Amino acid sequence: MSKMSDTLMRHGKAQRIALTLNGRERSGYCEPRELLSDFIRHELGATGTHVGCEHGVCGACTVQVDGVAARSCLMLAVQADGRHIDTVEGLAPDQTLGDLQQAFQRHHALQCGFCTAGILMSCADYLQRVPDPTEAQVREMLSGHICRCTGYTPIVAAVLDVAARRRAEASTQEVEHA
Amino acid sequence: MKPAPFDYLRAMTAQDALDALAQYGEDARVLAGGQSLMAVLNMRLAQPKVLVDISRTAELDAVRADRQAGQLVVSAAATQGSVEWRSTLADETPLLAMAFPHISHFQIRNRGTVCGSIAHADPSAELPLVLAALGGDVMLRSRKRRRTLAAQDFFQGMLMTAREPDELVEAVRFPLRKAGERYAFAEFSARHGDFAIVACAAVVTDESIRIAVGGVADRPVTELWPRLQGDDLRGALNDLSWKLNAQDDAHISAKYRRNLVRQLGWRVIEEAK
Repeated sequence: MSKMSDTLMRHGKAQRIALTLNGRERSGYCEPRELLSDFIRHELGATGTHVGCEHGVCGACTVQVDGVAARSCLMLAVQADGRHIDTVEGLAPDQTLGDLQQAFQRHHALQCGFCTAGILMSCADYLQRVPDPTEAQVREMLSGHICRCTGYTPIVAAVLDVAARRRAEASTQEVEHA
Repeated sequence: MKPAPFDYLRAMTAQDALDALAQYGEDARVLAGGQSLMAVLNMRLAQPKVLVDISRTAELDAVRADRQAGQLVVSAAATQGSVEWRSTLADETPLLAMAFPHISHFQIRNRGTVCGSIAHADPSAELPLVLAALGGDVMLRSRKRRRTLAAQDFFQGMLMTAREPDELVEAVRFPLRKAGERYAFAEFSARHGDFAIVACAAVVTDESIRIAVGGVADRPVTELWPRLQGDDLRGALNDLSWKLNAQDDAHISAKYRRNLVRQLGWRVIEEAK
């Protein structure tokens, strides 16, 4: 039992945790009950991640945990200790938009932008796994996000467009290597 | 929308988790993927004193097809995503592969666990329905003992199971595809990814029909029939729709639910035949 009480974090007591945020080592203090979404925004100051419903339905707070898209409101900050967390800030490391963000811009895939950070983090993960998705697959993946502005059509178009461009680029590179 | 205070324990081994459950019992909740529990905590519908986090307990994070026993064994910390994205899943357990797209969303399945959904025992959830339809079982472990319960004995009512407070759902076992069995799954929900209003699964052989219905009774309900056809099948589905004791709620009437049982039941059985 003694070993267990060593690792028990008491309520009301802040503890230091360290994680890798968008490739940079970061640390901060949190109580056990602090949500990862709040830790990222308030403790680490990365306010690109938005908070909507706080029960996993709206998708606005979606980040990547070790490369996998997940809700940061359904995760405790202490659970992120030692992990790699990626947020929308990481998609534009040199203050220039990444190809996914450029596609969203081309297709007007956002209006107010509140849902966009989460959608981008989902799309980035999904396109790694499914580089050539159908429209139905894109819509299924997007069903985990609520957008009240766009009607989704331009978002679907942007995702399909960036997927097509990445494939075209990959095949050009193959020809160059051949 | 923030959780009430709790103590937090990261279980590095299964034994850590079992020790904590033995010590704290009903004051503790097991945190696996957290895709149901964290929402419940955020809304303060539950206020446990201790959270026992098994999401990084390496020995509990396993999915394996045991060909000899004919089972897909999914351990407590294994995510739904880790099962869904198995390249062999459609061959191993086709009914699971059919049900996954209906389970919430990609982002939730990435983190939610299979055992967590079974332990949560929401009567509208797809994984309990699939486990019941296939006749799978649940492996429970406490510091004192191990036991295995059939799905039908494990689910005891709305969010109620046979799990004792000191027990961990260590793994669940889905029977692998059997020769001669054919499967189908159908669900009706208000929006894609929402909880099912009614969901049906069918396992059909040349001799028999097994149908399972979720979302109506307080737990998934299964029935085993001979290979009924036409009006006999319609009659059996009608009897089943009444037997489930559907209730009116704010969104859907009991009559509408009964109708969905008849329609979706017919669809999955005919599709699997």
